[in-house]
Amino acid sequence: MSLYKNGQVKQNIFKRVFLFYYNGFRNMPEYGVKLWLIILLKLFVIFIILKFLFFNDTLKTKFDNDKDRSEFVLDKLTDIK
Amino acid sequence: MEHIDFSLVDWSRAQFALTALYHWIFVPLTLGLSFIIAMMETIYVKTGNEEWKKLTKFWMTLFGINFAIGVATGIILEFEFGTNWSNYSWFVGDIFGAPLAIEGIMAFFMESTFIAIMFFGWDKVSKKFHLAASWLTAVGANLSALWILVANGWMQNPVGMHFNPEKARNEMADFAEILFSPTAVNKFLHTISSGYVLAAIFVIGISSWFLLKQRSVLFAKRSIAVAAMFGLVFSLFNIMTGDSSAREIATTQPMKFAAMEGLYEGSTTSPLVAFGILKDSDNPNAPNEKEFSVAIEIPDLLSYMAYMKPGVFIPGIRDLVHGNEKEGIMSYFEKIKRGHVAIKALKDYKNALKARKTDKAEQLKKMFSDPEFLNNNFKYFGYGYYYSEDEDVLKDNAHLIIPPVPVTFYAFHTMVGLGMLFLIIFILFLYFSIKNKLENKKWLYITGIIAVPLVYLAQQSGWIVAELGRQPWTIQDVLPTIASVSQVDTSTVQITFWLFAVVFTALLIAELKIMFTQIKKGPKEGGN
Repeated sequence: MSLYKNGQVKQNIFKRVFLFYYNGFRNMPEYGVKLWLIILLKLFVIFIILKFLFFNDTLKTKFDNDKDRSEFVLDKLTDIK
Repeated sequence: MEHIDFSLVDWSRAQFALTALYHWIFVPLTLGLSFIIAMMETIYVKTGNEEWKKLTKFWMTLFGINFAIGVATGIILEFEFGTNWSNYSWFVGDIFGAPLAIEGIMAFFMESTFIAIMFFGWDKVSKKFHLAASWLTAVGANLSALWILVANGWMQNPVGMHFNPEKARNEMADFAEILFSPTAVNKFLHTISSGYVLAAIFVIGISSWFLLKQRSVLFAKRSIAVAAMFGLVFSLFNIMTGDSSAREIATTQPMKFAAMEGLYEGSTTSPLVAFGILKDSDNPNAPNEKEFSVAIEIPDLLSYMAYMKPGVFIPGIRDLVHGNEKEGIMSYFEKIKRGHVAIKALKDYKNALKARKTDKAEQLKKMFSDPEFLNNNFKYFGYGYYYSEDEDVLKDNAHLIIPPVPVTFYAFHTMVGLGMLFLIIFILFLYFSIKNKLENKKWLYITGIIAVPLVYLAQQSGWIVAELGRQPWTIQDVLPTIASVSQVDTSTVQITFWLFAVVFTALLIAELKIMFTQIKKGPKEGGN
């Protein structure tokens, strides 16, 4: 198996993928940098602030197993006179 | 009904509506513009003309801005399911979970991989490989939408499931029935084609601005040629799927259909209201009070439109609430009583389990597999939450199962009217494009520019019809919002509502600012 292709040393697939993204991010235009900052800020707000402070999955956090969750919902669904 | 905190239900609904409508500002452009870009790039690859590459890159930039701002806004809806709508989330079981899981995986692998190649891959991968990535981005985005819309279709018309009383949740019985239900198919086709119409109008509107400013004229003309052709084809397709959606709604969600048409009194000769103004009322939900103050009607057309044959009875809101024996329409009062029997059976089952009365529990459990019980009672399970032993209260409660008619009616007519306007706009732009007479048409450019906010209005109206028109149901006939909400603090929902309003508005302003800057730079600077 040759270590060369077109006179250059072949890089392994992971390195090529890494360099592809690395060069892509490095050569990004100014608006791209702004967008990434917005994306990161948005992900921070969504996953850190909103998820942890306000959006606990009610049934997952209240109960340890599906049986208890079923019983709870069954109680709620049949809470009629 | 007495234990329900209506303020909590309303705030939870408002929050979900706010999040969904904001999310839907970004999604349709992604769905349609990705295909327009792929078509432009195909022309570039086929012709080798660098101008088409520049053109592709410019629209790709706007696509990227929209995608980046919109990405992850839909995740919040999933948070809301778990926190504010936990009873609903549990009740829908794996039917909702499976399509959403497929969507998540597909979106991550397909979109994120191929979008990276689209943006970073110019001159690093071959032209054909890059083109394939652009097409696969478009296909991936639309396939993601498929799974979400299948889940939504099931909420509008629950099929292919079996309710397991022991687990208090629905279990998937037939995946194909869910995937290929007429509601899901119509919803998917109508929604994605509306996204294509939006994207085509978006391209035409911005190109019109360039023509108005007499900048990048050739670029604008070429963009209009592609967008007008694409828009015309999918505008026609959108009208067709809208028509089949409405016919399907007439069968599966007759109350929504009556609200869309502002039809209070059913008839075999119902007119189609092309334009109408509903009279004001103190109680917009109460029948016997609403009529049109102004209406342009096409006589007898509604029956034909709904069932493709004349003389078919279309039930009005009054027929559905009070029943119509002659036409075989069961009243809401009767459905409430039948639903109450189903809820009572589930309650008895729960109590038998707790009291360890195994035989009784087994007997009651079997009822939920009995076709007669399913058809006569469980089918109306959700209506049971409006039951009262007092007949007068029950009758009052039945009126709570009517959606907000004026909003549904106006949203529907806004959507349809604008849909027709876009068809005309596509025809005009395509005609002048083919005749090469696009220059010096100021009136046409201004029409194209004005159409951009209007197409967003049409999109939002469409979702208002789909979701507000089916109130109070989270799952049609089976689960109302009052039984779906979690017992969380109303103030928490209020805080997050305003938090979302601020965050989403900031995102929208950021998108518009960055997008306008790139548009002003134009294809040469912005596209490279």
